[in-house]
Amino acid sequence: MDKLLTPSAGQTHLLLGNEAIVRGALEAGVAFATCYPGTPSSEVPDTLYRLRKESPDKVKYYFEYSTNEKVAMECAAGAAVGGLRTLCTMKHVGLNVAADPLMTLAYTGVNAGMVVLTADDPSLFSSQNEQDNRFYARLSGLPMLEPAGPAELKAMTVYGFKLSEELGLPVLLRTTTRVNHARESVTFAPLGKVKTKAEFKKNPFRFVTVPAVSRQLHLKLLKSYEQAQAISEASDLNPITGKGKLGVIVSGVSANYVQDALDDLGAKNQVKVLKLGLSWPLPEKKIVKFLKAVEKVLVVEELEPIVEQAVKALAQQNRLDLPIAGKGPGLFSRAYEYNPRLVRDVIAHYFGFKYKGTTALKLDDTPNLPGRPPNLCPGCPHRATYYAVKQVVGDQAIHPTDIGCYTLGLLPPISMADFVICMGSSVSSSGGLNRATGKKVVSFIGDSTFFHSGITGLINAVHNNHDFTLVILDNGTTAMTGHQPNPGVDTTAMGDPTTHIDLEGVVRGLGVTHVTTIKPFKVRASIEAIKEAVDHKGVSVIISKEICPLFGRRIAPKSRKPFQVNLDKCKGHLDCINKVACPAMFKEEGKARINPLQCIGCALCAQICPENAILPVKAEG
Amino acid sequence: MKTQRIVNVGVGGQGNLLASNLLGQAALEAGVPVVVSEIHGMAQRGGVVESAVLLGGAKSPIVSDAEADIIVSFEPVETLRILNKAHKGTLVITNTRPLPPFTVAIGQAPYPKPDEAIKFIKKKVGRLVAFDGQELAEKAKNPLSLNMVLLGALFAVGELPVPVKTMKKMIKQNSKERFVEANLKAFDLGFQAAAGN
Ligand SMILES: Cc1ncc(C[n+]2csc(CCOP(=O)(O)OP(=O)(O)O)c2C)c(N)n1
Ligand code: SF4
Repeated sequence: MDKLLTPSAGQTHLLLGNEAIVRGALEAGVAFATCYPGTPSSEVPDTLYRLRKESPDKVKYYFEYSTNEKVAMECAAGAAVGGLRTLCTMKHVGLNVAADPLMTLAYTGVNAGMVVLTADDPSLFSSQNEQDNRFYARLSGLPMLEPAGPAELKAMTVYGFKLSEELGLPVLLRTTTRVNHARESVTFAPLGKVKTKAEFKKNPFRFVTVPAVSRQLHLKLLKSYEQAQAISEASDLNPITGKGKLGVIVSGVSANYVQDALDDLGAKNQVKVLKLGLSWPLPEKKIVKFLKAVEKVLVVEELEPIVEQAVKALAQQNRLDLPIAGKGPGLFSRAYEYNPRLVRDVIAHYFGFKYKGTTALKLDDTPNLPGRPPNLCPGCPHRATYYAVKQVVGDQAIHPTDIGCYTLGLLPPISMADFVICMGSSVSSSGGLNRATGKKVVSFIGDSTFFHSGITGLINAVHNNHDFTLVILDNGTTAMTGHQPNPGVDTTAMGDPTTHIDLEGVVRGLGVTHVTTIKPFKVRASIEAIKEAVDHKGVSVIISKEICPLFGRRIAPKSRKPFQVNLDKCKGHLDCINKVACPAMFKEEGKARINPLQCIGCALCAQICPENAILPVKAEG
Repeated sequence: MKTQRIVNVGVGGQGNLLASNLLGQAALEAGVPVVVSEIHGMAQRGGVVESAVLLGGAKSPIVSDAEADIIVSFEPVETLRILNKAHKGTLVITNTRPLPPFTVAIGQAPYPKPDEAIKFIKKKVGRLVAFDGQELAEKAKNPLSLNMVLLGALFAVGELPVPVKTMKKMIKQNSKERFVEANLKAFDLGFQAAAGN
């Protein structure tokens, strides 16, 4: 049995932050969980999915990968209004998609604990922006918890359900990559009892948000906000530690950097620290008291100066004129994550402490290092699709693309990604780009992304008579974020009792008349089909259907049949290497070579080679 | 307890995250305060993978520039790339077997000469332990056990507060049955290679 399912209290394990959320939810007796995956949140749903699969008799919660974050939020809202303890997880940009239901769910409130995880990604390790989702607490009026590490993350998940029930509101749990993806020792409390059925009492004056009702509900939310603020004032999640006449106000993972910095600087007796764990509503009275007890304050918060500005406003209201700083030259930046040295340096500089740390090496004489960008895997079907499309449209078409493994088609030699802003934007922006430029537009979207938010864009395109070709890269999984299922996936191999939705049927149902499904490793046939689609006036769709081999091998292991280059036949054109950049290939003495440990035998290069020099290893003998 | 800041760097698929996780678990078992951090995401697709293990009581999960006490690198070019984390007292343990990135294979960029790379690192940092760890992994009969080889080397020269016995126990507990023997062998070979250094 998995350690996370240990029923009793007492054991201590080294848990990933995201595993700590799962344990916390289990200790709180979570009964319902929804998500849309996205780094750095994905291990939460993936762990819930795995536990349910591995130990169906031990696990009592319902879990689903929802179609997108809005759907996840609404499905979770139904369960929480229906009286079940509910967890809903997503990455930071996912909350943009789910913002619409969230804002009004704050009005209706919930009938059982509901925790919403928003996992931010300062420094954009795997995201399209680094927006600061602490703003969503301010925007929605909902309370927010901000853990500094995995142990707190577990504790705050448990507390989040309790707080949610106390207030009758969903609670936002806001993490950052360094909290989700840190490991530390976490001590278990017993697993909670799970209530799996509840009763929904109809109450249109609370749950049907017509204007007349919502006018009242808004006032009620403002009342709840006051109640939440009183809780925040008294909460031991907002502790003051240390002593002295200098002050630091801090939240999130930075609290750890501050602790270490004060240790290194030997300044524990000169600096008081107010840590904001229940960071919204702000404990204003506590902050004012803190300001009155110190002479100078530094606010340490990654990304936007949200707390800093609030603290400055409080100081002004209370006629306090002590220096308060956070962002600015010589201090902190609004971009990127912080680190221990940066925080130590800024604290030392701002308060005038001396510290002699290690010096950086002089590295300006480092030899030029070859880059190591991520690349599509050997045998990735996306590479074959890109190759075929390029044979048809050359470099002349515009390629709106989308978010997934296939975004790596950005890199040379493929270079077929021209515009992407968010999931689904490939489809909707295609019409705009085509009408603005009159140019041929061939856009790309993955299957998971198509179900997530491509469908509405495609309906729009058909309805408004746009003119472009959409290529749906149907690799049967959500590869980028760790191979989660999506509505188009046939999950029978995985033993899931879900219904598989036929992509081609959906596309036809949306009114697209020119739809062709291709097998991208049949290069010649694919090129023919793409040619016809591109020549079609209006919206045409190509579904390029081939399983992601990394995923395919995991669900149904089979042996690889690598290819090799016949060096007598190879004339050194190197088309194979230069046109598709498969990582299993390399150049030696002017000829192409294939690393048999990496090649999975997709045969794309064999079809590109004008000399027919690339053959299966066996056939060569 | 003195804080030890250890950075592991390698290429997707080399098992660097597992090495950090296992070291973290061994520390926990031995009662040594520990935090580990990982960056997931692009790991599967051949990019650089970095993780950190902080032993001895630091709360921060990451290691800043010029503050690594130990760097364990799975690939020589990545050793060069991560030297910004080193200072002149840093102990660097590196595998010397190149795993050229694709940019080299297609002739976009040259791969630095291995001996010169090693010489360069030696000049910059306090102590360098460099050997062909991949060869030892192959000798241990699990080509994917480079992470175990490097853990062995780390235990030989890193003066860690975690007993070797505890580390081996964690390796045993967390390896698939059929790899236990090879992984422990790989650990020992790495240990010997570094201890003689
Ligand atoms: C709103 C939003 N939610 C989640 C993500 C994280 N994310 C990035 S790509 C992706 C899915 C990719 O799946 P698919 O479109 O099938 O392409 P594949 O990776 O399989 O090629 C997800 C969930 C995101 N970037 N934005
Ligand atoms: S994980 Fe799958 S979809 Fe992603 S690059 Fe690799 S083969 Fe392609």
